[in-house]
Amino acid sequence: MLEFIQGYYAYIFLATAFTIGLYGMMVKQNLMKKVLGMSIVAATTIMFWIVGAYKEGAGVTVLDPRIGVEDPGMYLNPLPHTLMLTAIVVAVVTLGVALALLIGIYREYKTLDEPTLLERMK
Amino acid sequence: MISSQAPILIPMTFLFAAMLIPLVGAVNRAAAHLTAVLGSALALYFSVIGMQTTLAQGRISYHIAGWMPPIGIEFVMDPLSAFICALLCGVTFIVMVFGKRSVEYEIPQKEIAFYSLSMLLLGGLAGMVMTGDLFNLYVYLEIAALAGYALVAIGDKRAVVSAFRYLVMGTVGATFYLLGVALIFISTGTLNMADIAQLMPMVQDSPAVIVGLVLIVLGTALKMALFPMHAWLPDAYTHASTTATALIAPIGTKVSAYVLFRVLFFVVDPDHLRTELLNLLQIIGYLGAAGIIWGSIMAICQSELKRMLAYSSVAQVGYIAVGISLASPLGFIGAILHALNHAVMKCCLFFISGNMRLRLGHSMIPQMTNGLRKSMPWTSAAFTLAAISMIGLPPTAGFFGKWYLALGAIEQSHWIFLSALLISTILNVAYFFRVMERMYLKPQEPEGVDYSEQTIVRSEAPASMLVPTLFLALSLLVLGFANAWIVTNLIVPMIPGWL
Repeated sequence: MLEFIQGYYAYIFLATAFTIGLYGMMVKQNLMKKVLGMSIVAATTIMFWIVGAYKEGAGVTVLDPRIGVEDPGMYLNPLPHTLMLTAIVVAVVTLGVALALLIGIYREYKTLDEPTLLERMK
Repeated sequence: MISSQAPILIPMTFLFAAMLIPLVGAVNRAAAHLTAVLGSALALYFSVIGMQTTLAQGRISYHIAGWMPPIGIEFVMDPLSAFICALLCGVTFIVMVFGKRSVEYEIPQKEIAFYSLSMLLLGGLAGMVMTGDLFNLYVYLEIAALAGYALVAIGDKRAVVSAFRYLVMGTVGATFYLLGVALIFISTGTLNMADIAQLMPMVQDSPAVIVGLVLIVLGTALKMALFPMHAWLPDAYTHASTTATALIAPIGTKVSAYVLFRVLFFVVDPDHLRTELLNLLQIIGYLGAAGIIWGSIMAICQSELKRMLAYSSVAQVGYIAVGISLASPLGFIGAILHALNHAVMKCCLFFISGNMRLRLGHSMIPQMTNGLRKSMPWTSAAFTLAAISMIGLPPTAGFFGKWYLALGAIEQSHWIFLSALLISTILNVAYFFRVMERMYLKPQEPEGVDYSEQTIVRSEAPASMLVPTLFLALSLLVLGFANAWIVTNLIVPMIPGWL
């Protein structure tokens, strides 16, 4: 059990954070908190890619005289990191659109609380 | 020359048009619409050329910046993606022609943003169809989704709230998809679909790959509004402007269904699909069948035409899911044919609701009378034809999609799917005849207090809206008669060899 936690603690942390984010999106009544939950979920996914690309003791993909060229396994795969730059941009844009919609909702209904909002929409 | 570049040219045309429209619109507002029409016509031209080449010479592969596929990003045009892409471009072209008056009437002063966003949406969707790379697909999916949220938000008062719900659900879907891709990438070390398909037999038993596939399917199902993940769809379609709905409804969910096709039939190993993943396929099918029934029942309960059509869309997505789940040539043909037919039918029906909104000021079913038939005879005729096709009566296109699905269900003795198909036909009759009965038979009420203001403008819709509507309605008959040709020449080549 302890070994499992030691080996996978990053993934366990990410799974917990992902669940917290999903919980916030589904259960919280305030639309702003839903957006926060969405942000947590997006950040967790990005972290998941990064953690997946991590390797103990390995270096960046630039020729390092200490590591040499004998063992290419000692260089990290840079692809997930660069991909996640794109994913971060996407997450930021989604957050921006979500906040813009929240501003629109607030201007129209003067509330961000879902039950009140549903009442005012009738 | 064009044919070898077609895969990249189609999304780029849309993206370029999206950038061009605000510039052109700043000089001359009317030119924005023209640019959108020309952009989509050009993309349609490229996709037709691409489709011809693909059918004659096989798959076209375009390597972005000249990097070879497993490392670089590949755009692929094979019979399946060429067909879906031609469908996208065709629908867009017609919607853009239709849009001018409807957009001016429903969302005045927002035309430029609207046209620019619709081109952006199409750029994303066309990219999703063309790309041969799982991560690239995610990026295009988000481009399409973000443009879609904004398009949905430009509508009536409640549109913002429904757009927000759509955004929350859509983001969850995209995140699930991205997590799934991460797990597959960690296991295979590649993102290229063809490459993954080759490596799949080596890693397919690892739990990571199976969880990854399930997450991808889950994310895609959210995006295609598969029951019970459809809650965002009716609101989003009802409160958006008619043109936006006519654009998103026929093709938005279809492209997500296409992703499901692509992943399940072209990336996953066939033997694996038939054994370990069979449960996954069956769950998709049962959810589809449940969606068919649920969507149809909810459609009967609605009193607003657009909302009724939106619930009917939930049901139609179910047909495609059932076709995927059958995983047989007949199911494949049925699902693709139904995707084509449904795109044409739904687009036509949403056009009709737009015509009614323009002339009556509303599209409430309980307030329709036979005055509608007298004042808008052509629109009513188009509605009847499209409704008959939705129900699935023989000479129209809608029949043949359901026919292949039913044959596929019988072939594999899936009686639950077959009964869902048959029951939904009866339910379709119920909700379409309800409208047709009012449209043709219900006399205008003499007291008419509520109608007095609405009887002022009652005439047929303007030609720019009527001609696309009639064109789509007639093409339903054409598609119905030409279905054998479409199946043999366009759909059969796209079925993967092992199926």
